[in-house]
Amino acid sequence: MTALTVTNLTKIYPRNLIALKGINLTVSEGDFFALLGPNGAGKSTTIGILSSLINKTSGTVSVFNFNIDTDFEKAKSCIGIVPQEMNFNPFERVLDILINQAGYYGIPRKIAFFNAEHYLKKLHLWEKRHNRVMHLSGGMKRRLMIVRALINNPRLLILDEPTAGVDIELKHSLWQFLTELNQQGVTIILTTHYLEEAEFLCKNIAIIDHGTIIENAPTKTLVNRLPIKTLILETSTSIQQLPKLDNFICRLIDNTSIEVELLKGQSLNDLFMVLNNHQIQITNVQNKMNRLEELFIRLIAENKAKSA
Amino acid sequence: MNPTITKNGIALYTILRKEVVRFIRIWSQTLIPPAITVTLYFIIFGKLIGSQLRDIQGISYIQYIVPGLTMMSMITNSYANTSASFFSAKFSKSIEEMLVSSMPNYIILLGYLFGGMLRGLLVGIVVMLTSLFFVPIHIQHLEVFISMAVLASLIFSVAGLINAIFAKSFDDISFIPTFVLTPLTYLGGVFFSITQLPVAWQKLASLNPILNIVDTFRYGILGISDVNIYHSYTMVCFLVVVLLIWCLVLLQKGVGLRS
Ligand SMILES: Nc1ncnc2c1ncn2[C@@H]1O[C@H](COP(=O)(O)OP(=O)(O)OP(=O)(O)O)[C@@H](O)[C@H]1O
Ligand SMILES: [Mg+2]
Repeated sequence: MTALTVTNLTKIYPRNLIALKGINLTVSEGDFFALLGPNGAGKSTTIGILSSLINKTSGTVSVFNFNIDTDFEKAKSCIGIVPQEMNFNPFERVLDILINQAGYYGIPRKIAFFNAEHYLKKLHLWEKRHNRVMHLSGGMKRRLMIVRALINNPRLLILDEPTAGVDIELKHSLWQFLTELNQQGVTIILTTHYLEEAEFLCKNIAIIDHGTIIENAPTKTLVNRLPIKTLILETSTSIQQLPKLDNFICRLIDNTSIEVELLKGQSLNDLFMVLNNHQIQITNVQNKMNRLEELFIRLIAENKAKSA
Repeated sequence: MNPTITKNGIALYTILRKEVVRFIRIWSQTLIPPAITVTLYFIIFGKLIGSQLRDIQGISYIQYIVPGLTMMSMITNSYANTSASFFSAKFSKSIEEMLVSSMPNYIILLGYLFGGMLRGLLVGIVVMLTSLFFVPIHIQHLEVFISMAVLASLIFSVAGLINAIFAKSFDDISFIPTFVLTPLTYLGGVFFSITQLPVAWQKLASLNPILNIVDTFRYGILGISDVNIYHSYTMVCFLVVVLLIWCLVLLQKGVGLRS
């Protein structure tokens, strides 16, 4: 079953600003899907259309085979939305917000309270249930947005930059929370600027730039697609000049670190062997850049070159 | 029961409850001011000035202004409730909580309307009770009295909602009350009978919906009227239908709500 089908989706804002140029997306049930893209690429516009906060110009969207135009009540009750920007009434109290949100979905107060308690406890907000939103910290508000999005037990959870501006510890606990949710069967779509986040969490990734999907593939495929991988090696002893190392492309950064471009098919073992032959001992190996980041930057640059 | 009806019922109850809690919580700004204003009107126009005025159609001046003052408070409060509440929700973006949910637009509409009407009617009761301290009142036509109260609070709740839908700032929701509603109310026969006007002005005045509402409401309470009450009902019902359809279309299109 597909959780989301988007066909030929376009959005033209007033003053002829074309935000989406006919995008197509399919997300299967149970997927953990990332929508990556630079600022202004059209991620929030896409999500806005899915949540019906933005009117599309053309195209179709269906959620679990319910068309959002013709079957909107059924489609919408399957979705939970965590927007990029805060949209609380700052004077309202945490528990009221949740119970009202559930009410809008037609969920009785008792059940709403039960759901609210469950997720508030999971996201460590239970103690704050009687607080007004304006007295919550930024990270707490973000978690509250997630709880609010889950209050109707959606089958599809859509998050627009859920970890923007949260500290590392919270980020990791959110990652874990989302992973668990996904394992329980909730399909998740998120947008992010953090490529490590997409790489760590998501099974499939689509890259969007200037309103077009320029790449859509499983995370593994994308990461393995890179023709080369740049590594930084640290040596135990100081090196003055780098010897010729067979087919490996190497460059000395400073006396104790070497940059190596490992081509597809070249193994790290062979490299170590060659280095060993030259009495160079390696104490540490690290990727110069996150691999996906490398691919991302490449793709965006290619897209720019193409459109130029 | 049909699950869709149950769901919509819960959604409607949720909005209505939220609206009522809101205006009850700020009762000192919503329920008390009309009582104070009307007391001042009674003291000044009723007792001090009114005692020197002639009766109008056999009714003492202080009695004559009771229906108009009540209606004026109901109109302002219904309008203020939907316009302020809906615009605040838009302003804080918390309106999105409703827009993303699965409830249909007409439930949002009904929720806000019932909220506004409830405040209008409650204020109407407060004002009527206050006026009892000054004059005895015997309601002449209960069905006219009740139906006009309900229809008027409905009209101005919808109107307030439409105002909030178009509004881009808080100034925009005070514009109509100040520059349209207040003049129409003061010219709407709250304080005088239009029979005192020249004939040409009477014709013009009878096109003012607020005059028709006030006058019919006065007929319900005191049994006297300047306009044909059937004419009034036709006008009022026509307004209700037009405004409701307009508002629903606006919500459906997402004017001012969805980009
Ligand atoms: N309400 C709006 N009116 C007009 N133009 C808009 C509106 N919202 C977004 N845009 C434009 O549409 C384009 C896509 O914006 P969008 O918010 O979808 O980007 P994004 O991918 O979410 O970016 P970010 O990563 O910065 O959040 C941008 O050029 C933006 O200026
Ligand atoms: Mg965005």
